[in-house]
Amino acid sequence: MVLTFYVAAVIAVICTALMITRLKAVHALLYLVVSFLALATVFYTLGAPYVAVLEVIVYAGAIMVLFVFVMMMLNIGDRAIQIERAWLDPKAWIGPGILAAILLAELAYILVAPAGSPGIVPEVGPKEVGIALFGPYLLGVELVSMLLLAGIVGAYHLGWNAPGEVESLYAMESSRQRAVVSGDFVRAGVDRPTDTP
Amino acid sequence: MMISPYPVATIFGVLIVALTIAAGLIWLERRLLALWQDRYGPNRVGPFGLFQVMADMIKIFFKEDWIPPFADKTIFVIAPAIIMVTVLMSFAVLPIAPGIVVSDLNVGVLFILAMSSLGVYSVALAGWSSDNKYSLLGALRAAAQMLSYEVFMGLSIMGVVLLAGSFNLVQIIDAQRGLWFVIPQFLGFVLFLIAGVAETRRLPFDLPEAESELVAGFHSEYSGMKFGMFFVGEYLGITLISSLIAILFLGGWLGPILPPIVWFLLKTFLLICFFILLRASLPRPRFDQLMTWGWKVMLPLAVANLLVTGAIVVATAQGRSF
Repeated sequence: MVLTFYVAAVIAVICTALMITRLKAVHALLYLVVSFLALATVFYTLGAPYVAVLEVIVYAGAIMVLFVFVMMMLNIGDRAIQIERAWLDPKAWIGPGILAAILLAELAYILVAPAGSPGIVPEVGPKEVGIALFGPYLLGVELVSMLLLAGIVGAYHLGWNAPGEVESLYAMESSRQRAVVSGDFVRAGVDRPTDTP
Repeated sequence: MMISPYPVATIFGVLIVALTIAAGLIWLERRLLALWQDRYGPNRVGPFGLFQVMADMIKIFFKEDWIPPFADKTIFVIAPAIIMVTVLMSFAVLPIAPGIVVSDLNVGVLFILAMSSLGVYSVALAGWSSDNKYSLLGALRAAAQMLSYEVFMGLSIMGVVLLAGSFNLVQIIDAQRGLWFVIPQFLGFVLFLIAGVAETRRLPFDLPEAESELVAGFHSEYSGMKFGMFFVGEYLGITLISSLIAILFLGGWLGPILPPIVWFLLKTFLLICFFILLRASLPRPRFDQLMTWGWKVMLPLAVANLLVTGAIVVATAQGRSF
């Protein structure tokens, strides 16, 4: 299991790095998906199969599919690749690089530090997480769910059209197009109200 | 639970049987459709036209494997492989008979859901990488449809999981010794069946590849064995969903007199025939009807089913002392 852990971990790191440096958005997304799958394997080898499967279902399977969905509709061409190339300018790496190096140093310190030293907290399993969420923090969980509900209602409101309103708009537009493009005089005026002269 | 002493033999056994069934289904579907439409179907090559599949396979293997010059080549090649991998991986956790299961995973149900949610990438990426407007429209439809129907597909089987008290498929079968879950979970059964048809993109939910409007949808640009992989992937999907329904709702291998494996195959076979009958008898809905149906009818029903089942499980558990 130790070997599988390290293989999956290395794949996760490589994929995440590739994800950042890819110029094509879809390729970057695919590397991110593979990174999630590798992370799921890491969870599994650490003895958390439930978290591993949830990682695949929620992140790799649902959220990333939505990303791909949006990406498909945007029709990103060569110009976007040029912009990406400009963004990945070597100078842009300096700031994040320094911050990431600090984090890496901190991680190395934590791993090397003896187990009893201050700053090292005991492990928290999924059961403790569940008990904490639905025990003392129940109010917080409920508030978050209210927020999500508000988001859903808001999205629904933005996407809602009065039935009939849209159809008449389409009808007007299409009859106009017929008149312009094909010179179809017969059906060009179907949207005109019947009571006007 | 006893695991087979020959894991490698089980793996290859399941692989070969699943692929053979999928190939055989191509013939079975054409014959059954013909029967229901009052004609013969393929009946020339070999006995009852059985070798038709072989002829088709030889043809498809020797066809030119053409990649369009405007396509995104890497993704175009990977896409058909994804569907095969995800479906075949799901077969790994299916218990076929006592002791015959590749991996007796504790989160088996979730594993299959995870694999089916990854299967969306196959069609979405195939359509996107083809760089063709019909393919893209098909891929958009496929992604939206599969994402929407996955939501209540997972919810509809949570009733079964609640009653069995486990995500493990073997334990779910064992929990059905007295009564198959199709009776207490009839609503869940119907919901899962509909979601299963939508997930495999079979008629009446085959809008991603609706021939009358989108040429062939997401696989318009595919030819040769890459198309063959989508084709076999679809039949593997039918086999998978049918065996899953048999396991979750119809007691899997349980049944009198006949050996367990025969019961399992019999139930799966009948469900597959039902899938084909659906194709022969139902028209295709409009896409907005499909979405409305999924989100406004099926999802609330699945949630209601889950809530009622949960309430009953909690109520009966409190009656007991523990």
